[in-house]
Amino acid sequence: MSVLVWIEQSQSGVVANSWEVLGQGRKLADALGTSLAAALIGSDTSAAAEEARTYGADSVLTLTSPALAQYRLSGYAAALKQAVAESGATVLLAAATTRGRELTAMLAAELDAGLAPDAIDLRIENGSLVAVRSVYSNNILTDVTFSSPLQVASVRPRSFPMPEAGAASGEVKAVAVTMSDGDIKEQVVAMKSADNSEVSLTDASKIVSGGRGVSQDPEKGFVLVTELAATLGAAVGASRAAVDAGYVPYKHQVGQTGKTVKPDLYIAAGISGAIQHLAGMGSSKVIVAINKDAEAPIFERATYGIVGDLYEVLPALTSELKKRLGK
Amino acid sequence: MKVVVLVKQTPDTAELPKVAAEDVRAGKVKATMVINPWDEYAAEEAILLGDRFDADSVAISMGTPESADALKHALAMGVGAAALVDSSDVSGGDLFTTAGALAAAVQAQGDVDLVLTGKQSVDDNSGAVFAGVAAKLGWPLVSGVSKIVDIADGRISVERLVEGGQETLSVPLPAVVSVGKEINDPRYPSFMGIRKAGKANIPATPAGIAANSGKTQWTNIRKPEERKSKCTMIDGASAQEKAAKLADALIADKVI
Ligand SMILES: Cc1cc2nc3c(=O)[nH]c(=O)nc-3n(C[C@H](O)[C@H](O)[C@H](O)COP(=O)(O)OP(=O)(O)OC[C@H]3O[C@@H](n4cnc5c(N)ncnc54)[C@H](O)[C@@H]3O)c2cc1C
Ligand SMILES: Nc1ncnc2c1ncn2[C@@H]1O[C@H](COP(=O)(O)O)[C@@H](O)[C@H]1O
Repeated sequence: MSVLVWIEQSQSGVVANSWEVLGQGRKLADALGTSLAAALIGSDTSAAAEEARTYGADSVLTLTSPALAQYRLSGYAAALKQAVAESGATVLLAAATTRGRELTAMLAAELDAGLAPDAIDLRIENGSLVAVRSVYSNNILTDVTFSSPLQVASVRPRSFPMPEAGAASGEVKAVAVTMSDGDIKEQVVAMKSADNSEVSLTDASKIVSGGRGVSQDPEKGFVLVTELAATLGAAVGASRAAVDAGYVPYKHQVGQTGKTVKPDLYIAAGISGAIQHLAGMGSSKVIVAINKDAEAPIFERATYGIVGDLYEVLPALTSELKKRLGK
Repeated sequence: MKVVVLVKQTPDTAELPKVAAEDVRAGKVKATMVINPWDEYAAEEAILLGDRFDADSVAISMGTPESADALKHALAMGVGAAALVDSSDVSGGDLFTTAGALAAAVQAQGDVDLVLTGKQSVDDNSGAVFAGVAAKLGWPLVSGVSKIVDIADGRISVERLVEGGQETLSVPLPAVVSVGKEINDPRYPSFMGIRKAGKANIPATPAGIAANSGKTQWTNIRKPEERKSKCTMIDGASAQEKAAKLADALIADKVI
């Protein structure tokens, strides 16, 4: 028996949210009295395997093959299935990134296991996993209990703290992978890397978002939003109205039909606080609303509110924070 | 070529905050029900593929007979035909039992080349039913597709956004593809379309799922706690003064 966590690698190394899941995996394994295993899949897993040893895994299973150089769902699912068998996993976890979500879903479906997608909390009760999910677009919470021997969950990024790295322990075990390129149905025809200088929204601990409130001079408005974000080391978000108006690309959209985010600090400038926007950011720790309309619904959900013109408040805040943060 | 689009009937997003925990528990949510907004993109893409590749399109939904409006919406947009998987008798199922019944309904359509789905449902938020459908059918899955580049020689090539970039993938048909909102702008049904859909006869087949065959159960269904802290309004004579007070508060809260 074991708790198994898939550690996701991207071109720029291990996806940090995987360590959050591994950290919680340690607690679950301790509660179950079983061991914690990490699975690494790719063409080169040695550096990431060393790192996994420092985050508390009892064993690190490496599944390496040239055929696994690029993430492809069917190939990675087959490899992860081997890891499940090898470790005798009863709990399988991964960070709920695009890939983590589809991989856990595919594996659960193929292994006839129960699945809790995008879980926000995990615990053990009576020797079995219980996952907490946020459903109805963050308007209902539910516990998910399992009646299958294998229990699978993907875990929403930033649901658990980043564990502290410790002394490397745990053994690295190479699991023989026999698959060849021809066994994998998908071909990667092209891969374009995103601009790495931007902080990704779902990983961000701070986000500054702009809405239709910038319509008077959208270009300047988003420059002000971006300057405040840069000062804070924050990601730039937006409401759907701002995206639909073409002020910023869709990848910045927060909300129901955009990204669900959970930063420590969310600053909303010129955003009214529509239900569909709140669905994506309502669980942020501290919410700051900047709006010239004192009656805007965003103030009902905000921690701090400033009634004022964002063209004045944003630059004032940027220069104040520059002073405070010594920039 | 034949394309199936999976559409679900879900509560109007504006009414989601009013959904009561006991109604979710009882499986009887009181809200205006509409087509899941994410599935409009899938329906639109099915129609566009019809034009591009001379494909027939069929919308399939699993739900109660009262919930056929999502199918009518798809028909009104221009999807060719519709079929309902009647879930009235289902109890104790989960997302994979839904996926199993939908996969069976896809098979019942005959030679299907492509299944299109939305990114996720606004009620269950699983983003996983399509994976269950793909697994049950044994077909490849590509999720989160932002563009269908081409369909040729028994393969489909698609673009999708993943963390860290954008990839172009090619997979053999038949396949399951879930689409994101970058893929198109769903049309509004035309008046003629609505009239035609209103008269359409939608065949219904029982889901045929054994009781309690789900591997997961929802328990302790509840409303999230209201945020305790009321909003603290930051006042000041000038933007500078407000900014300084806010900075004090954020530093005290240790969020910066
Ligand atoms: C199915 C569906 C899905 C949706 N999904 C999303 C989603 O994912 N994300 C999302 O955000 N929305 C979504 N929406 C849209 C949502 O309902 C709102 O229309 C949208 O969030 C409004 O964006 P906004 O707050 O920027 O614009 P508005 O509601 O127009 O608000 C602009 C605000 O800016 C303020 N303002 C104006 N000028 C200034 C100024 N100079 N200084 C300061 N404040 C100023 C105004 O007082 C106002 O409160 C969805 C809607 C539907 C139906
Ligand atoms: N009951 C259903 N009937 C038809 N399609 C569904 C149903 N449930 C889910 N789907 C499809 O699967 C997608 C993902 O849903 P979910 O996994 O519930 O988030 C949706 O966007 C639909 O396209």
